[in-house]
Amino acid sequence: MNGGRLVVVGNGMVGQRFVEALRARDTEQRWQVTVLGEERRPAYDRVRLSAYFDGVSAEELNLHTPDDGVELRLGEAVTGLDRDRRVVTTAHGEYPYDALVLATGSYPFVPPVPGTDLPGVFVYRTLDDLAAIRAHAAGRRTGAVVGGGLLGLEAANALRLLGLATHVVEFAPRLMPVQVDTAGGAMLRRYVEELGVTTHLGVATTALRPGPDGTVRALELGDGTAVEADVVVVAAGIRPRDELARAAGLDLGPRGGVLVDAGCRTADERIWAVGECAAVDGVCHGLVAPGYAMAEVVADRLLGGAATFPGADTATKLKLLGVDVASFGDAHGTTEGCLDVTFTDPATRTYAKLVLSDDARTLLGGVLVGDATAYPTLRASVGGPLPGPPLALLAPADAGGGAGAAALPGTAQVCSCNAVTKDDVDAAIAGGCADVPALKACTRAGTSCGSCVPMLKQLLDAAGVRQSTALCEHFDASRQELFDIVRVRGIRTFSQLIAEHGRGRGCDICKPVVASILASLGSGYVLDGEQASLQDTNDHFLANLQRDGTYSVVPRIPGGEVSPEKLIVIGEVARDFNLYTKITGGQRIDLFGARVEQLPLIWRRLVDAGFESGHAYGKALRTVKSCVGDTWCRYGVQDSVGLAVALELRYRGLRAPHKLKSAVSGCARECAEARSKDFGVIATETGWNLYVGGNGGFRPRHAELFATDLSTQELISLVDRFLMYYVRTADRLQRTSAWIEAMDGGLDHLRAVLVEDSLGLCAELEAAMARHVGSYSDEWRDTLDDPERLRRFTSFVNAPDVPDPSISFEVVRGQPVPVRGGPPPTTAGPGTAGAGEPAAVGGRRQPVTLGMPEVRR
Amino acid sequence: MTTASVLDWTTVCPLDRLESDRGVAALVDGVQVALFRTADGLFALDNQDPVSGAYVLSRGIVGSRNGVPTVASPLHKQVYDLRTGDCLDLPGVSVSRHEVRCRDGLVEVRLRQEE
Ligand code: SRM
Ligand SMILES: Cc1cc2nc3c(=O)[nH]c(=O)nc-3n(C[C@H](O)[C@H](O)[C@H](O)COP(=O)(O)OP(=O)(O)OC[C@H]3O[C@@H](n4cnc5c(N)ncnc54)[C@H](O)[C@@H]3O)c2cc1C
Ligand code: SF4
Ligand code: FES
Repeated sequence: MNGGRLVVVGNGMVGQRFVEALRARDTEQRWQVTVLGEERRPAYDRVRLSAYFDGVSAEELNLHTPDDGVELRLGEAVTGLDRDRRVVTTAHGEYPYDALVLATGSYPFVPPVPGTDLPGVFVYRTLDDLAAIRAHAAGRRTGAVVGGGLLGLEAANALRLLGLATHVVEFAPRLMPVQVDTAGGAMLRRYVEELGVTTHLGVATTALRPGPDGTVRALELGDGTAVEADVVVVAAGIRPRDELARAAGLDLGPRGGVLVDAGCRTADERIWAVGECAAVDGVCHGLVAPGYAMAEVVADRLLGGAATFPGADTATKLKLLGVDVASFGDAHGTTEGCLDVTFTDPATRTYAKLVLSDDARTLLGGVLVGDATAYPTLRASVGGPLPGPPLALLAPADAGGGAGAAALPGTAQVCSCNAVTKDDVDAAIAGGCADVPALKACTRAGTSCGSCVPMLKQLLDAAGVRQSTALCEHFDASRQELFDIVRVRGIRTFSQLIAEHGRGRGCDICKPVVASILASLGSGYVLDGEQASLQDTNDHFLANLQRDGTYSVVPRIPGGEVSPEKLIVIGEVARDFNLYTKITGGQRIDLFGARVEQLPLIWRRLVDAGFESGHAYGKALRTVKSCVGDTWCRYGVQDSVGLAVALELRYRGLRAPHKLKSAVSGCARECAEARSKDFGVIATETGWNLYVGGNGGFRPRHAELFATDLSTQELISLVDRFLMYYVRTADRLQRTSAWIEAMDGGLDHLRAVLVEDSLGLCAELEAAMARHVGSYSDEWRDTLDDPERLRRFTSFVNAPDVPDPSISFEVVRGQPVPVRGGPPPTTAGPGTAGAGEPAAVGGRRQPVTLGMPEVRR
Repeated sequence: MTTASVLDWTTVCPLDRLESDRGVAALVDGVQVALFRTADGLFALDNQDPVSGAYVLSRGIVGSRNGVPTVASPLHKQVYDLRTGDCLDLPGVSVSRHEVRCRDGLVEVRLRQEE
């Protein structure tokens, strides 16, 4: 039987992977596939489920790619299995099969404790569960998690992020009892408590009690104490969903699960099981990697192969919580005669244990708490020789621990989620993969939990693959390298830099980069001397070029707060110069249609009224948006407007690799959209939460939580460091999100550098920011004060009184706008313009005249 | 380019009005001309960006590509050869060039009109 009708029950992580694996192999479309899924959504990344609370959308977690040869029926649970007639039943009807694959996963185990059916009690398994938790938590203050395992801690973090005071109750005497030993558990508890999560260990939950409104209000514990909780998450383990198999008379494993052999087949030759619902040779696996391995086995078998389940890697790493905990292999040292090497450092609060074979040659497993840098390499070394002397492996990474991936044997699994060995990766590199994205696409390594990505980079390095970081044809150095050269060598001009470190005359790529570096390092007015020639036209005229050759004017309105007097000035200026006026997306006002020679006149009026340049033209701080916060709003818990104004004034004028945006919200409702900003601040009851790395634009990104409950002073120090580190190390036109993504170690690394000061840079970064703040001066005021600088604002060098005759306006919705079509292009033949073609030349502009609604009087 | 009708030289401005590696616009016989002063000498192109139609080329960044002196349109960054006016990014696109020289510290321009 290797073709016919194939029915898959369950469209979870493993079911989806199975379908993909089958489709990849079944090139002749021998199987006609129907997938029946109970959830309303197609498969999503359950492993990253908690990221939902970090603002990652359901779409971003999606794992499903539509395939013509696969019929996917969602929201359709299978309720019956008739093995004699070879059909499964759903509420919609029957589906006959020639082969049936069960991929039904697990359900969360809820212990038989009174009160678990109260409103406000949840499990933690699906996106719907998380959405329900979020909805219920709104406006509530306390939360508790029953279960202190991996999942329980993830859930606890989620409650914490929802702003609840959080408790964890665990029956075992330590957290993560399955993965961590007693000493590691003690260290872990300290970290968790420090995050503000209260732990109750070695005690059972005996009942959940409702409050007056009928929703859950408290937990009663075995020691007689009560824990207040408005939201309860039960994370007490999972059980395989084997009900279909059970009812159909198939054998189950000793602890449940659909019993299958090493080929993942049940006693019924037409029925297979994969993922968490399967008990392979009697054992269920609650992780995704073994499930994926099963998916591959069945895909192979259904096409006549003979693959068998290779056994499972039970390694786990605690995600989230900002606490490094990892456990792999025989973490508890149950192997006969094994040896332990442990390492405890109260100073850095790290604990590590390696379990070795009796001859101390082979790594069997281990536990890491506090610093899991060595995890990827160690995990890949399980069952093989140690890649270095034990203590060197455990020592902090910068001590040159030698835990390099290059030392691994070729058969070591670099990516255990996707069963990719070092040999596979090396082969891909030899075949031309030159960076991590290419390796991901080509081997799938790194595409699941991501913990192997650092090793992929190491292997690329080891293979001598260096990606070119050259800025352009004039400089071999990257922006970051140039920054250091300029800073360390004290270079002040582009000509010196290009003469000593580059070639040629420069171009529109390197010149603005160098201008920005010089400006960041405080070399004064951006348009003086030779610097003038480096600037883009926007920086050159301190305004934004528009499609008709006119410019726009954007005065700074810090935090979006503006007095009526100032609004009137803007209105008068716009009226007097006939400027089109619009409220921007950045909470300020843009005046469009100014000719170069008008810019100084316009700014004279604005500066006199107390306005400053808004740097809408620069790769610089743009706006810090605010919500009204506790100034007026009935929900505001802090002065979000005051902080936004202060931040905008502090960082105004800061030149950076790309533009910078920020926002401050006065409470968790987040009306200022702070999480879509490079750095965003959200008020809490006691301080500020800082988020970093967000942006809108083409590839929107939510900022990630960086630090919590900061005082204003702590917040400012962190933002100072963050911005200066970005200014110094990011690439040209790299927004903060891409900068963090490209960073080795990502957000964790950033936290180490900026919070723990792992590079000893913080004082220097703060000092550099202090210099910026101290030397800020408004570019427009400086320009107006200097006749030399004003000279360039002329229409024609030989006819300064003649305005550009090509500029003309028509009136649309009561305001001037450039005449459509504008001046006709001359030399360019039609259609030669290519990609960057502006609307004026192309012809696909949609008219939006819908007719004005009539107003009845 | 077949025949070129050549007009007279027009004095435009003193040389020191041109910043090095930066352009200015000049109005010569009703035509907008972009003038550039670089280490390779003076250059004059039409000020109209042929792709967008806006009169902005004088405001682009001056530089070099493979040794060729260039200016990049400030609107959409296409790069032009300052010597010939040819666009180095879009085949078939070019901008007219004009003649420019310096006499007694004064910059002079002569329009070239290709027919
Ligand atoms: C005027 C404004 C639109 C409006 O009418 O509201 C605007 C106008 C321009 N935006 Fe924007 N953006 C404006 C708010 C935004 C926002 C919303 C915000 O800031 O909250 C976003 C999304 C948020 C973000 O940046 O993360 C936004 C994302 C972009 C992007 C995409 C950036 C990205 O990382 O993908 C660009 C392109 C770029 O910068 O490379 C861009 C570039 C531009 C430029 C500068 C394009 C250009 O070079 O001509 C536009 C000219 C501004 C001008 O002529 O004055 N604009 N732009 C807004 C000015 C805000 C201000 O007060 O300074
Ligand atoms: C919060 C969280 C964090 C996790 N973190 C990790 C981690 O870090 N590392 C790791 O390896 N694993 C982790 N896991 C476990 C991992 O998600 C699972 O191992 C994996 O999802 C199993 O895939 P599966 O397809 O077997 O089951 P599932 O993904 O649960 O999919 C089963 C699907 O089948 C559907 N279904 C069930 N019965 C029927 C029926 N009768 N008819 C139709 N459809 C049905 C279910 O609704 C479900 O959609 C985590 C799990 C959670 C909940
Ligand atoms: S974010 Fe909160 S404080 Fe700010 S306006 Fe919205 S509800 Fe009010
Ligand atoms: S180990 Fe999880 S993605 Fe590679």
